[in-house]
Amino acid sequence: MSRRTTGLAIEAEGLTRSFGDTRALAGIDLQVPAGTVYGLLGPNGAGKTTAVRVLATLLRPDGGSARVFGHDVVTEADKVRSRVSLTGQYASVDEDLTGTENLVLLARLLGLRKPAARERAAALLAAFGLTEASDRQVKKYSGGMRRRIDIAASILNTPDLLFLDEPTTGLDPRSRNQVWEIVRAVVSHGTTVLLTTQYLDEADQLAGRIAVVDHGRVIAEGTPGELKSSIGSGTVHLRLRDPAQRPEAERVLREALDVPVQLAADPVALTARVGDAGTDLDASAQAARVLSDLARAGIVVDNFSLGQPSLDEVFLALTDHPAVPTDERDDELEAAR
Amino acid sequence: MSDTTTTTTERAPTVYVPSAEALATVLAPGSRPPRPSALSASLTFGWRAMLKIKHVPEQLFDVTAFPIIMVLMFTYLFGGALAGSPREYLQFFLPGIMVTSVVMITMYTGIGLNTDIEKGIFDRFRTLPVWRPAALVGMIFGDVLRYILAAVVILGLGLVLGFRPEGGVAGAVVGIGLLVVFSFAFSWVWTFFGLILRSEKSVMGVSMMVLFPLTFLSNVFVEPSTMPGWLQAFVKVNPVTQLVAAIRGAMSGESDPSATMWLLLWSAGFVLVFGTLTMYRYNRR
Repeated sequence: MSRRTTGLAIEAEGLTRSFGDTRALAGIDLQVPAGTVYGLLGPNGAGKTTAVRVLATLLRPDGGSARVFGHDVVTEADKVRSRVSLTGQYASVDEDLTGTENLVLLARLLGLRKPAARERAAALLAAFGLTEASDRQVKKYSGGMRRRIDIAASILNTPDLLFLDEPTTGLDPRSRNQVWEIVRAVVSHGTTVLLTTQYLDEADQLAGRIAVVDHGRVIAEGTPGELKSSIGSGTVHLRLRDPAQRPEAERVLREALDVPVQLAADPVALTARVGDAGTDLDASAQAARVLSDLARAGIVVDNFSLGQPSLDEVFLALTDHPAVPTDERDDELEAAR
Repeated sequence: MSDTTTTTTERAPTVYVPSAEALATVLAPGSRPPRPSALSASLTFGWRAMLKIKHVPEQLFDVTAFPIIMVLMFTYLFGGALAGSPREYLQFFLPGIMVTSVVMITMYTGIGLNTDIEKGIFDRFRTLPVWRPAALVGMIFGDVLRYILAAVVILGLGLVLGFRPEGGVAGAVVGIGLLVVFSFAFSWVWTFFGLILRSEKSVMGVSMMVLFPLTFLSNVFVEPSTMPGWLQAFVKVNPVTQLVAAIRGAMSGESDPSATMWLLLWSAGFVLVFGTLTMYRYNRR
């Protein structure tokens, strides 16, 4: 039996929510197709967590409306709850309890009888590589294990929609990859995933569509490809040997790429976007041309790199202001009480 | 409930490689079990409280050592002056100090809830499709066991020190039963404060401000007849006074129906008013 649903998993229109004077959501519109990974990309304080909390029925919106699989998140909260799971940014399992105890507890709350709950817990622990740690208190887990038990707890009943709020923040690269693999497996079984992240590459790796969120609004939306072609798919970073050559290097870059060149505070550094829509060369070919043009002009380059645009650069491109992090949850807790 | 320091020990485990096959076996959609009943969900949350006691047994300190100190301190401090001897005083005082200790312990319900919310675990609970009050009711179920433990510790110590309840075993059981009913009801005051106050510290502060006058301005320590009229008026309406009178009655074998009735009315009132306020806040956040 396939649970793959067609249509929209989430539809939100004009969601607003304020905490005191802080406007966490300033009218968010979202349409998340079922069966996909959808990324909410933005800095801390952009409103991602608040949006997730509203959609997961934890917080009432001040205005606007949202439906999850057609059920209103305010008036039909219970119906929504029976189809979603949330892995929050903060502890979503009990740190004093062991891995097994946490999963058995939640499985019992979902209606499994004790033997079935134990069986389910053991199967999940095994699949998530936590069998060895199953009798240890969660507070003794490493960061990566913590995230895995959080996610395992969220799929005790395979949900139709899984919220993952910054699932890889603070994880080392290996643990991050493990989480990515798990997300891919979850979505391949028909679960829709709404993922929030501060990392463009994470959204790019996992999400079918991305909404870029800033100051409680969606400022850009589309597939990773569409977003990248609107903001440039890469960035070259240069460090020169001689700071006196920077004005000359800036001219060479501008002529080669036909884009604005950013001069960093560091007197030998320059940054420019490559791979913009409308150029006939891809990012690496453009980078190669920049290097050869610089060499021909006699400019000595000490360090050269080509990378994806960082979230900062995406924000600069989309909003003309850098991503300003604020601690959203603290604001929320302050104001909610 | 007390909290221990969080330590993270990073062992060097064998590297976990997520395997698509292993994950597939747990992701296959099974049939959804039926939603658990309100009672079953509450008991499951109560089980969580038991597990926490198992892992953090230090949290029983406040229901064992604290009551023992209270009994010893006040019995020997006031006994000679107020009743001629500590042993005499104990006949009057024991039910009172039992109430004082247990009612004071109820505040840990609010502190525990506040800590849970702060840590984020309640976000998970609140997204579960279960009877809404279950998480809180279960938490208080766990606390009720702590109240019983405290009451038994105090009664045991009292018996050792010479307290002799005329009402016998039955009287003692009824007395503790009344105390548990009231404490369960009174705990809802603290779930409410645990939800609306910002931090563990402020919950503690408010609790103390409420609990000190409530327990001391009562008939726990002395007969109210020596107090000024305005104070007697307060002492008379104080639910703690009714509770103590009802328990004294039960334990001495001469039950006090009026006090018992008032105590049950107060209990119903606390659940009705603060239970409702708590659930309103719990759902609104």
